[in-house]
Amino acid sequence: MHEDSARLIACLPRLRRYARALLGDRDRADDLVQDTVERGWDRLASWRRDGDMRAWLFGIMHNLHVDQLRRPAVATVALDDEAAPLPPQSEPSTPHRDGLELRDMATALQLLPAEQREVLLLVALEEMSYDEVAATLHIPRGTVMSRLSRGRERLRLLMLGQPVAAALKVVK
Amino acid sequence: MNPVTPPPVTEAELQAWVDGALAAERQADVAAYLAARPGEAQRLQAYRQQAVALRARFNPVLDEALPARLDAVTRPGWRLWRRRGGNGQPARYAAMLALTLSGLAAGWLLHGQAERAGWAKGALSGVTASAADAASDSAADGVAGMAPAAESDPAGLAHRAAVAYAVYSPEVRHPVEVGADQQEHLVAWLSKRLGAPLRPPQLQALGYELIGGRLLPGQSGPVAQFMYHDASGQRLTLYVSTEQRHKLDSGFRYAQEGQVNVFYWIDGKFGYALSAAIGKPALGKIADAVYAQLEPAS
Repeated sequence: MHEDSARLIACLPRLRRYARALLGDRDRADDLVQDTVERGWDRLASWRRDGDMRAWLFGIMHNLHVDQLRRPAVATVALDDEAAPLPPQSEPSTPHRDGLELRDMATALQLLPAEQREVLLLVALEEMSYDEVAATLHIPRGTVMSRLSRGRERLRLLMLGQPVAAALKVVK
Repeated sequence: MNPVTPPPVTEAELQAWVDGALAAERQADVAAYLAARPGEAQRLQAYRQQAVALRARFNPVLDEALPARLDAVTRPGWRLWRRRGGNGQPARYAAMLALTLSGLAAGWLLHGQAERAGWAKGALSGVTASAADAASDSAADGVAGMAPAAESDPAGLAHRAAVAYAVYSPEVRHPVEVGADQQEHLVAWLSKRLGAPLRPPQLQALGYELIGGRLLPGQSGPVAQFMYHDASGQRLTLYVSTEQRHKLDSGFRYAQEGQVNVFYWIDGKFGYALSAAIGKPALGKIADAVYAQLEPAS
């Protein structure tokens, strides 16, 4: 059990890196990491020893993130977040603003639909295999590939400062 | 089987090429495909550069020191804290800050320094400024129009605690209602008013001594505020509410109001908020200590 705990703790920096890229905001990202680790502790006993701890934790984080996206507001938010306008989260229906240069990677990422952003980050930042991404997000491999392709192209256009067609249809 | 007519290159294969995950037997086909299509090659190179840029942008996070609240969840004791209340375990005496007060010496009620009043003025103006921005549930609003749902919002707890800190910590002559020299009375009184056994934690090991406590109006009833100070006169307060209707447990949360940093957490019906105008890491360390003293004595 001690070994499991050590493994879980060892995943913290990577969870933080991913959450930061996913959410953009440091405090909100650390909130997500904290919730993930708390849930991870609670369920550590149910974790399969032969499983991949990292994929398991990222899966927990994914589920929590999806829950957050479904809820209009998180139950507990830091006060400084309340005063600030909500950062562009997942906004598939918001078209790219003309003329806006989006050369900052972190900013451009936030303009991707969340499900594309997740896949792209797990592949490009976390360097997971496609099968690992599929297992982590509980989606078919084909969906991983299509989201990856769309996310990369959208990000490329954003970084070029080009108008991006609004992703009106959510991929699968 | 027949290598003469290779299957067409798919988008998925191009993605795999970007990630270095393309099957070896398809490398030549994709290379030929890209050689004939400079635009496509350029697109895929851009994808590779994305990965490089992403790692350059976010890898530094790997080396950042963990914030106190995340550091706290890696402690062994943290699990005990979280586990309680999960599956019908009897609620431990959450607010029974398990320690005796006997170690506390009497009569350390120092009278504040003049400069403290100076910064506190700034701190308070910070609080009121952000209170104006907040949608509801500030202590100031609370007087005029109660926000009934607010108590379910733990952030409201942090906000009220920060305001209470900013109001009372600069007090020179009356920082508390009952001083630590009357510990028994203080404990009995606040416990009775809040309807729960309540004791202030000991923070001497961290250089903070109890000044005393006071009773404050919360959102729907009384709350307690314990005040401490260190040798330099720096004050911090622990705000304890028993009004948490949702009885959720939370880990450490952090909020900042003006110059006041707040660590707060919910444990059953109890809400705690530790406030001070000191740095987040230092305050986090103290929050850890308070946290630790909430551990059941068992």
